[in-house]
Amino acid sequence: MLAASCCDRRMCVCPGPRRIAIPVRSSRLPLLSDAMPAPAHLFPLIRNCEISRICSTVCYCHHKHLCCLSSHFAHGHFRYAPQKKFAALYRPKENFNHFIHARDYASAPQRFYLTPPQVNSILKANEYSFKVPEFDGKNVSSVLGFDSNQLPANAPIEDRRSAATCLQTRGMLLGVFDGHAGCACAQAVSERLFYYIAVSLLPHETLLEIENAVESGRALLPILQWHKHPNDYFSKEASKLYFSSLRTYWQELIDLNSGETTDVKEALINAFKRLDNDISLEAQVGDPNSFLNYLVLRVAFSGATACVAHVDGVDLHIANTGDSRAMLGVQEEDGSWSAVNLSYDHNAQNEHEVERVKMEHPKSEEKSLVKQDRLLGLLMPFRAFGDVKFKWSIELQKRVVESGPDQLNDNEYTKFIPPNYHTPPYLTAEPEVIHHKLRPQDKFLVLATDGLWETMHRQDVARIVGEYLTGVHHQQPIAVGGYKVTLGQMHGLLTERRARISSVFEDQNAATHLIRHAVGNNEFGTVDHERLSKMLSLPEELARMYRDDITIIVVQFNSHVIGACQNEEL
Amino acid sequence: MFLRLLSDTRWRAANPKWRRMTCSRRSTSSTQELHPASLPAQAQVVICGGGITGTSVAYHLSKMGWKDIVLLEQGRLAAGTTRFCAGIVSTARHVSIELKMADYSNKLYQQLEQETGVVTGYVKTGSISLAQTQDRLISLKRIASSLNVMGIPCEIITPKQVAQLHPLINIHDLVGAMYVPEDALVSSANVSLALATAASRNGVQIYERTSVSHVAVQNGRVTGVETDRGQIQCQYFVNCAGQWAYELGHSGKEPVNIPLHACEHFYLLTHPLKEPLASSLPTIVDPDGRIYIRNWQGGILSGGFEKNPKPLFTEGRNQLEIQNLQEDWDHFEPLLSALLRRMPDLEALQIMQLVNCPESFTPDMRCIMGESPTVRGYFVLAGMNSAGISYGGGAGKYLAEWMVNGYPSENVWPLDLKRFGALQSSRTFLRHRVMEVMPLICDLKVPRWDFQTGRQLRTSPLYDRLDAQGARWMEKHGFERVKYFVPPGKDLLDLDQSKTFYKPDWFDIVGSEVKCCKEAVCVIDMSSFTKFEISSTGDQALESLQYLFSNDLDVPVGHVVHTGMLNEKGGYENDCSIARLSKRSFFMISPTDQQVHCWAWLKNRLPDDGNLTMEDVTWKYTALNLIGPRAVDVLSELSYAPMTPEHFPSLFCKEMSVGYANGIRVMSITHTGEPGFMLYIPIEYALHVYNEVMNMGQKYGIRNAGYYALRSLRIEKFFAFWGQDLDAFTTPMECGREFQVKLDKGMQFVGQEALLEQKQSGVYKRFTMFILEDHDTDMDLWPWWGEPIFRNGRYVGKTTSSAYSYTLERHVCLGFVQHFDEKTGEELVVTTDFINQGEYEIDIAGQRFQAKAKLYPFSSLFTHRRRKDEVELSGYQRE
Repeated sequence: MLAASCCDRRMCVCPGPRRIAIPVRSSRLPLLSDAMPAPAHLFPLIRNCEISRICSTVCYCHHKHLCCLSSHFAHGHFRYAPQKKFAALYRPKENFNHFIHARDYASAPQRFYLTPPQVNSILKANEYSFKVPEFDGKNVSSVLGFDSNQLPANAPIEDRRSAATCLQTRGMLLGVFDGHAGCACAQAVSERLFYYIAVSLLPHETLLEIENAVESGRALLPILQWHKHPNDYFSKEASKLYFSSLRTYWQELIDLNSGETTDVKEALINAFKRLDNDISLEAQVGDPNSFLNYLVLRVAFSGATACVAHVDGVDLHIANTGDSRAMLGVQEEDGSWSAVNLSYDHNAQNEHEVERVKMEHPKSEEKSLVKQDRLLGLLMPFRAFGDVKFKWSIELQKRVVESGPDQLNDNEYTKFIPPNYHTPPYLTAEPEVIHHKLRPQDKFLVLATDGLWETMHRQDVARIVGEYLTGVHHQQPIAVGGYKVTLGQMHGLLTERRARISSVFEDQNAATHLIRHAVGNNEFGTVDHERLSKMLSLPEELARMYRDDITIIVVQFNSHVIGACQNEEL
Repeated sequence: MFLRLLSDTRWRAANPKWRRMTCSRRSTSSTQELHPASLPAQAQVVICGGGITGTSVAYHLSKMGWKDIVLLEQGRLAAGTTRFCAGIVSTARHVSIELKMADYSNKLYQQLEQETGVVTGYVKTGSISLAQTQDRLISLKRIASSLNVMGIPCEIITPKQVAQLHPLINIHDLVGAMYVPEDALVSSANVSLALATAASRNGVQIYERTSVSHVAVQNGRVTGVETDRGQIQCQYFVNCAGQWAYELGHSGKEPVNIPLHACEHFYLLTHPLKEPLASSLPTIVDPDGRIYIRNWQGGILSGGFEKNPKPLFTEGRNQLEIQNLQEDWDHFEPLLSALLRRMPDLEALQIMQLVNCPESFTPDMRCIMGESPTVRGYFVLAGMNSAGISYGGGAGKYLAEWMVNGYPSENVWPLDLKRFGALQSSRTFLRHRVMEVMPLICDLKVPRWDFQTGRQLRTSPLYDRLDAQGARWMEKHGFERVKYFVPPGKDLLDLDQSKTFYKPDWFDIVGSEVKCCKEAVCVIDMSSFTKFEISSTGDQALESLQYLFSNDLDVPVGHVVHTGMLNEKGGYENDCSIARLSKRSFFMISPTDQQVHCWAWLKNRLPDDGNLTMEDVTWKYTALNLIGPRAVDVLSELSYAPMTPEHFPSLFCKEMSVGYANGIRVMSITHTGEPGFMLYIPIEYALHVYNEVMNMGQKYGIRNAGYYALRSLRIEKFFAFWGQDLDAFTTPMECGREFQVKLDKGMQFVGQEALLEQKQSGVYKRFTMFILEDHDTDMDLWPWWGEPIFRNGRYVGKTTSSAYSYTLERHVCLGFVQHFDEKTGEELVVTTDFINQGEYEIDIAGQRFQAKAKLYPFSSLFTHRRRKDEVELSGYQRE
């Protein structure tokens, strides 16, 4: 399940979606050129980009895994060989959006056409919904349920998602993970992180009980109840290794027994750091099993961001590492929707992050730390799991790679040392945790990887999800009041509103609905089927250039329960 | 709002006494001054609700001479649904009793202004019901037929004529229309106030801002009313609380189930047109577009019944006040589209308001009227299904008659509260059902439609078995009954497509079931029948039943008696079969929907004697009907008992074993006139007995059959069914069942005098069977029921049921023939000669078919199969 990392937008300078508009007029790519005519002044750059070759290698990589990395390197597309001409292509995403929106579909060829059912089957392939069961008609959880979905752009997808209910403590965990340089790290984090968090939250007695159970070979108390889509898998091979690392962690927690009640914020931070540490250690120690050995190395050398929500009653904690984002949908008194950010992106656009990185390293490195809005000119997120290339010392990296399996040793990527690499670590997995007390007007939470946020403004996300969840009736009602409205005008207005609403009913899943908008929105903010159909029928190797993997979890809150909790607290 | 302001002032101007009482209210809002007059300590009647129904009941009661009446209104008079009502009086109704009520209301409102001096806004505008499809036109033609024989002018017109009557209508998509010139518009609040004014003059005391908290009941009788302003003792309570009637019914210790539920209802008011519409312009009803349009102050008022109604007040009234309901334009959009399609010129017309006016709906789209089966003296009139103005006058009259005389002047069983029981009172059921009922107001009413919501509530233990064998279901009183069985591999049309006025797609299926009943044996699950057991320690049971039933029940043990349960006028309150199980216990079988009515009737009339017990055992027995000549073979093989007529004569009942199961009550009746048996099986044995019967029956060609086959069989045999053919206004003499009446049984019984008199003076209507002569089953419209019957070109009555007879290969209609004097219209005695000497025609949607009238079934046709049914049938031949 190793992913091709060649086209990863984060780790590679080859064109990513929306960051760099891809102007193509090559006769070898008629599909693309027809669908996406590009401004002529960008044309000369194409040759350098050698898109066709990239594309072919993507397909190739799919089968050959890491080996393709070397081919990339040889072709000079590898992202950490900074090339100024590519950097020149760098455009603010708004420009790209504008470009896309301004496109004229009139001449679009019909071969792109997918029927609405085909579009739906693509959009709905990965959708998953979970409803918190009601007890005696009284739902005691502040979470009503959640909808989640993914739309791949990479093949295979590098995003991961997780959701689970804590069984030994209260609360629910939900998270999205955006992998780069392969999906290994995102996969591992999606499997392991919630266990680390749950263990961090457990009281001392429960930890003891669990440890005793393991010791005496008794059945273990279940810690998490997972809510997984059938496509969300766990790696069987590594489970023993992962478990022993986890066990070591709780044993340490038992020994440390501070006697203090567990603070959620601290638990989240500890869990993130500990897991990253374990990933790093496992790679350093290696495993006698060659498959596992290779796996832990792949996990460590790839990277992943994480955005995790912990909901317990009215207490909502968001722990974020990287550039995925959590956003709260708030319904105002007048029924309109607004968005509240519950996380900060860890990237070059975040001044505080840039500041932090610069503080952590000597002044001499100030100039080389952040280049072209990337860490060391390479990495877009400023915090991430894995990515030991940005964490280990050069000696350690060399030692591990040399003693590692041949596949690793042959891989140019793993051998490559970032430029200006003087005072590692440059990267951390430590999350920023935001605590929010839920209010009755907080109707839902959206966790999504940057694939969504690149295409949609959070305000639109709030409105679309809000209107979807509340249905037609909460669309801002029309009142005639004292205005002079004729029947004809009203009829026109209503017909238009209905058209907008009808797209809502196609989806049973809020996340799917959001993806539909993210991919298919036209300049009027309504879903354009033709556009949607084109975007989804892009060949695998091109999809990545027009969009990123999108993973979304929409958590719906129970305002009644939240209201009741609030009253109790008052 | 506008209506309201108008009406307030006029009402007070017309009633000086009232003004004195309430004038303070306008100047101050202080609550002490709101109630200057204290409530009386007692009254004969307390009416709760000052809407159109409450005021109409008060008006009619006071007219009939009852004076000691108090009417309580929680808010202000005519302030609820009545205030918002669109004010259309329309007589175009499907059900005959509703048609009569609407007709009476129309006539009442017309003279009300003259009578009371209160301006009612009555304008005779006429109404036009449009048809966009041929099926709709058929439906309208059927209504037109009934209107015409009622003497209400009505004609079917062409689209062109529509355009002449109304200048704004787009007629391009119309196939025809029905014009009722005497339909009217009123200001509903003012009508209500006029009725209140008249009632008040007749002595009715009216109190506003007084709400009833509950009704006090003692020993099953109303004793008083508890209000927020004190207590009133009373003998009668009338619940006219509209959409609050359900809650009010449940507020007391003894709940009264009034199954109704409110839905939001929207209509649009506009500013006047540039050239204001004439106030005499006819009202337009466009059922295919689901809308109605009337002229309103130079503009229009248009509302409708959408496909996706919004039920409200499910959890009770504490959610919202009527006045605060929101306009919902998005919800109204389909109706607005329909309006602009019908009248495109209105595009430029300016909107004034979208009114949200909740209406209450009932589970079967008919209003609720009558006395509670559990609390005597507790009357109800509510659930008008958005036709409160059309029905209000007539309904009030019937209820007043009911209270004063003990019975109304027309058969109101279709509206009787007792057609419902507790089982229709679940809020979830009502919420779901009314969401189906409200759109139905505009849907095409085709024969044999069934409700789709609130199903599978009561089922036989065999339900799953039968369903798996292709059963198609209908529902009666919450009970699932089989219509017919679709053979494997054969698929019928979707429900929507099978709606037709012509030959239905199940024709051949039912035909083969009927054939099997005639030639082999069929089994029909008839568990839905109401079953009571009445027993006593001494002779009390026999004595009481002899008094309450017209036939002689003092028969040897093991005999089954068909008998009517008659009222004082000799009319059928119930038609049942009673088996004498032992000297002192009786097993009584009645139609399914009699469960509440019959129970209440008997409870109120059986002596209050601890030694006499009556039990509803409906749920204890599964009933299988084995119909056909080979039933006897199947049963004798299963029981090792001879079942031939010598050993098991007709109308006989015996407990015996069937298969392994013992204690099965076997009766030699089939309710169809065919040979066979009814098996009453304790439910735990049901599956076993069914399996045994089906296994054993295989070699005799047994198969499942449904009620459609049963219906065809009983109608061709001239069997009348209560609730369809028979009602409280039909006596045994009128339907050829004198043999079921034992005038000389040696003791008095209810209805005896009336029957004696009828026997001497003759009957004024006669149940008759009609065989359609020139009717093409494949091509012509099928008869249903309610078709006018013409004798020598003159209207003489209506059909009550009809079916295709697979034996006669003709349609058979059953119905009553009356004899109206040609000059005076007076009802005359109907003699056998009158029936026999006439040329008959049946009018199906305006088309007349020749029919042959018969007073006796085709005995000759059936003789060779009539083995065990001689006794059952002989009654008919005796006359």
